[in-house]
Order: sequence, then C-alpha cells, then structure tokens
Amino acid sequence: MAKIIGGLGTSHIPAIGGAIHKGLQQDPYWKPFFDGFGPVRKWLDQSRPDVVVMFYNDHGLNFFLDKMPTFAVGAAAQYNNADEGWGIPTLPPFAGDVDLSWQIINHLVDQEFDITTCQQMWVDHACTLPLKLFWPEGECPVTVVPICINTVQFPLPHARRVYALGKAVGEAVASWDSTKKVAIIASGGLSHQLDGERAGFINKAFDLQFLESLVTNPEWATQFSIHELVEKSGTQGVELLMWLAMRASLTHSAASGVRKVHSNYHIPISNTATGLIALETVA
Amino acid sequence: MHKAAALTPIPGTTPFDGEQAKKGYALNKMCFSFNSAQSREAFLKDEEAYMRQYGLTDAQAAAIRSRQVLQLIAAGGNAYYLAKLAGIFKLDMQDIGAQQTGMTKEAFKAKLVAAGE
Repeated sequence: MAKIIGGLGTSHIPAIGGAIHKGLQQDPYWKPFFDGFGPVRKWLDQSRPDVVVMFYNDHGLNFFLDKMPTFAVGAAAQYNNADEGWGIPTLPPFAGDVDLSWQIINHLVDQEFDITTCQQMWVDHACTLPLKLFWPEGECPVTVVPICINTVQFPLPHARRVYALGKAVGEAVASWDSTKKVAIIASGGLSHQLDGERAGFINKAFDLQFLESLVTNPEWATQFSIHELVEKSGTQGVELLMWLAMRASLTHSAASGVRKVHSNYHIPISNTATGLIALETVA
Repeated sequence: MHKAAALTPIPGTTPFDGEQAKKGYALNKMCFSFNSAQSREAFLKDEEAYMRQYGLTDAQAAAIRSRQVLQLIAAGGNAYYLAKLAGIFKLDMQDIGAQQTGMTKEAFKAKLVAAGE
C-alpha cells in the first residue's frame, strides 16, 4: 500500500512568485520567510515523496461563479498554470497522477462526498507556488493530485466537513495499491484580509493557537463556524481550511501520530501572516 | 431555515454570500475576464464599451468609474475578481488596503508589521 510520509502547510502569496523570479530571498523583507524553508527542504530530500496531494483554493483562474464546486478533485495527466491578471510569472506545467486521482475520487464518492472531478484544470499560484517553495531547483520531482476547496462563494463547507474530507482522502491514499510515498500539502493562510474596511487584519494569537493545534489537537479548529473563522482569521484567512484537511488526512488510522519536523511564522508578507509547517507521520 | 440574517456582523467585512452574488454577477464576470491580456487591453482602450459588453448595471458601472474598492464591494464585487481589476491598474494589496482603510500606504504597511509584534 502507498505510504503517507507526512503533511506540509505553507502560505501562497502571489508576491512570492515575483520574489523568486527576481532572486530576493535574502532581502531583509523576504529573508524571515524564505529561511524557514531550509529545514523542510532538508527533510523532503531525506524522505523523498513520489506524489503530493495538494489541498488549495482557486482564486478565479479555473473556476468562476457560473459553476462553482465545493470540492473538486483533479484527474488530469498534466496541470497548467496561466495568467491570473497580476503580472506574476507563469510557471511550467507539472505532471498529475491519474491513478491516485481515481483512487481518491472512487473512495470519496463511496464515502458519500459529492465531488466534482476535473480531467482538465488550470492551477493558479496557490497550487504552483508551494511546489516551487518546497522544490526550488529544477523540475518538480513529484506528481500532483490537486484538490480544490471553494473559498470564493459563500456558503463555504463547514470546517467539520473539510476535516472529514481530509480524513477520507487520507484513507484513500493509505489504501492505494501502490508502493509510492505520498505527502499531503496545504496551501494558503494564515490570517489575512484584503477586502473591506478591515483590510490588513491579522490575528497572531489565533494563528499560533491554530499551528499548535495541528500538532496536539487536530480537530480543534472544527469547533468554529465559517463565520467565526472569518471573524478570527480574516476573509482570506479561511484558507486555514486547507491546513485542516491536510492534518485530517494524517489521522486516517487509529495508530496515526505526527512529529513536528519544523514550523515557521512571520508577519508580514504582503497583507498576510505567513505560516509554514512540516509534520512527519509516526506509527 | 438558514438564519444568515442572525449572524453578528463582522466589522469592516462583507462575506461574499448569496446576497452579494445576486448584486454583482456581471461585474464579477467582467473582472474574471481580466485573466486574459487581450481583455485587459480592450478594457483599458474603452472602458465604457467593455462594461456595456458585459451588461454592468448602473451601480456596478459607477463603482468601476469611481475606482473605489469599497464601492465595488457594495455593488457586489468579489475580492478574488476585483484583485484582477487592481492588477490592471498595477495596484498591489497594500495600495488597495490603504484606499479602503483611509490610511497612507506607508501607514498601512507599518500597521501590518506592528501586527507581528
């Protein structure tokens, strides 16, 4: 069976793409953010996942309001990035993993999740930048199954439902007839708000509580309604739902536990409180 | 029954729910088109014609002309698509934040830094 080696969470601010393109990683503004990735990349070099399942939210590239799925699972052989309108460089396409895509799709529907399947989809910065952050040099060494969770059109799925989705995805991966090693990535967050009079809202205390909960109390954030999560972490801070799904996917069996490899937290990059975590599964 | 009206309002925040969606569809559809460089150019060349093409309502068109993000949100604009409109004018999220909060860009950026302390 496939092995889930661990889970990662990272912020995905578009400006990161520009910073990488211009080589600004050691600039005083960027250094506290980029330096956090060193220990995580070292762990990835040692643990060498073959495949990544990526929980992320589309920011108006692949989906529009005309047809807006709550949960969309990618099942494409290849995923392409495209112009999102802000002048950030487009990144090269990366390979999908259709066998794992269908394993996940079959299991989720069997577990009574109502998902959208996508055999062709554009993936935006939320999907491409984490891959670039974790594997900065050369071609992306992992195949990818993107799972997109709606954060654009309310009502958003309950945190409890997102947790259940993550757990089911973990079960699907753990029961996959494959020898591959799989890592689960969460893209987005942490607290931030771009729109409204409350633009610039950041909640360090809540973010740190959330990061702590990922290690010691994975279901902690499921106590909050979406309205409460918006109030506590900002309109775009609800992206923490991706981290919740990732963490839930690591709990798929009763024997599951995690060890924190590394974490980082830095304010601000653009309007965002940036977070980073790497969790290794332990039997 | 879904008691959306009973939720305590969040200060300075308009969640993009069904009420907002009903107000803003044409505006959001126009801003979604700005993924395309060709569309961005067409808009800059003749904003009024482009807005007519997408059938913007009077309130939505007035909001576009105003260039005010708060007004665009009030007209039903969704942040994800408005961000592409901001991109056309080469405005970053701190320009947008400063405009909406009535602060200078420097003061807005300083406030972000202060949130980390």
